[in-house]
Amino acid sequence: MSSELPDSRVPPEAEPASRLSRRTFIAVATATAAVGGGVVVVRNLVPGPSPLGTTPAETPPSGRVSLTVNGKRHTAEIDNRTSLLDLLREQLGLTGTKKGCDAGACGACTVLVDGRRVNACLALAVRLEGAEVTTIEGLAPGEDDDLHPLQQAFIEQDAFQCGYCTPGQIMSGVGCIREGHTGSREEIREWMSGNICRCGCYVQVVRAVEQAAGGK
Amino acid sequence: MHPFSYVKVSDIAGALAAGRRGGRYIAGGTMLVDLMRETVERPSTLVDISALPLRDVTVTARGGLRIGALVRMAEAAAHPKVRATYPVISQALELGASPQLRNMATIGGNIMQRTRCAYFRDVTAACNKRDPGSGCAALGGFNRTHAILGASDQCVATHPSDVAVAFAALEAIVRLVGPDGRRGVAFADFLLPPGSTPEREQAVRPGELITAVEIPALPRPLRSGYLKVSDRRSYEFALTSAAVALHVRGGVIREAKVAAGGVGTVPWKLPAVERRLIGERPSEALWAEAARLAAEGARPLAHNKFKIELLKRAVERQLRIVGGTA
Repeated sequence: MSSELPDSRVPPEAEPASRLSRRTFIAVATATAAVGGGVVVVRNLVPGPSPLGTTPAETPPSGRVSLTVNGKRHTAEIDNRTSLLDLLREQLGLTGTKKGCDAGACGACTVLVDGRRVNACLALAVRLEGAEVTTIEGLAPGEDDDLHPLQQAFIEQDAFQCGYCTPGQIMSGVGCIREGHTGSREEIREWMSGNICRCGCYVQVVRAVEQAAGGK
Repeated sequence: MHPFSYVKVSDIAGALAAGRRGGRYIAGGTMLVDLMRETVERPSTLVDISALPLRDVTVTARGGLRIGALVRMAEAAAHPKVRATYPVISQALELGASPQLRNMATIGGNIMQRTRCAYFRDVTAACNKRDPGSGCAALGGFNRTHAILGASDQCVATHPSDVAVAFAALEAIVRLVGPDGRRGVAFADFLLPPGSTPEREQAVRPGELITAVEIPALPRPLRSGYLKVSDRRSYEFALTSAAVALHVRGGVIREAKVAAGGVGTVPWKLPAVERRLIGERPSEALWAEAARLAAEGARPLAHNKFKIELLKRAVERQLRIVGGTA
């Protein structure tokens, strides 16, 4: 635990110098991550082991987290900066959950954590010890070709074009139905508003959620 | 995102000890993680307070309502007591963010929110809130969404929260615990207008922790509600909003609580509107006359003059919705 007193609500005093030093730091940090990880270029990439020549002080603080994803227990060593989204996609190979804005503004990364729909991009994985996570891969009931009723409804209602937002839409729709906000199309629209669809399939998405909620 | 150490605490004493060592508290994390990714926020230690016993909504001895700091937005909005006694709070919560974000974000974190000014988020832009003394890119920039009330020559950013507007209207009290003990801060003193120190946004002392937001008891029956006007119908910050609570007895308005959002650097309490209402009988003419006082002292920027008229109309409409006409 650090003994510094950052209180980052109060930014440092010397403006031009601090801005320069921050940029320098980012450049150095990026280079380190690229050498250390050498895997995929994502901003909060999970770095691999420290490269030779770096001192322990330069190793990003990391931790271990055990959580259940789609009924299966996982234990992972992670950089503290790793989001649940990156843990799922980069370490557990569950790429069904999509990265859209990476800022909580689009809903493409929606998953269920302990039964509640959340934005996986804003959830730090290190905080999820013991959590139960459900992703699009874990939604269908069995191992065979059975689909979850909402997945089936998305097909029947033609509720996607490019499909990028679809896993998030479906996980959000499952949350919406569980929360009971499907009393009318108007209500579904409002309670599905955290999921953006650039293809503009909103009318069909609402119908799909309505269909699945009705068949419950 | 800059590297940080992480510690999870299980009780308030542990949280305060970690806070005293310079740790930054994290609850829902929806704002903090986002701003850390943008490198606007660079805490060296995160102190996870999500296990602290601050999750209850309770009725206070005096008949007010106490909402624990870690109650999630979704939980607070749906709570039967909140819905029944202060609909303005439930409505403001449900008109904010998205269902996913409301499942994560907490009441304490909500009132610790930082501005959504695009120049604040852009680390290459001048911003006195982020880098004191660097200037304000919004003053001469694209300032359509910025403040018409409470701004200074240092900062014109609005406060983004909806529920904070309801808290301001209802004159909530923020309960805090810190190294020097417990204290309560009136909501009007909790969020700070920019003045010459725009980097200071809340009256929270180093190491202090919000434990609850308390709504004082108000005379009953009390009718209340929240109106939000934004560019998108949902999942968008307010251009203007109005929180109204009225106590009408014997055909006369005995108590009026009114505040506006999206127009001020902090949630904007409207005492002139309240004074105009108290002692009067509800009528269409009264709503219009009172609402005319809503924009007193407004100073528009190059792109947001429209907010003056929008604010008056929003207040008038919400007075009509809540107060009806006798």
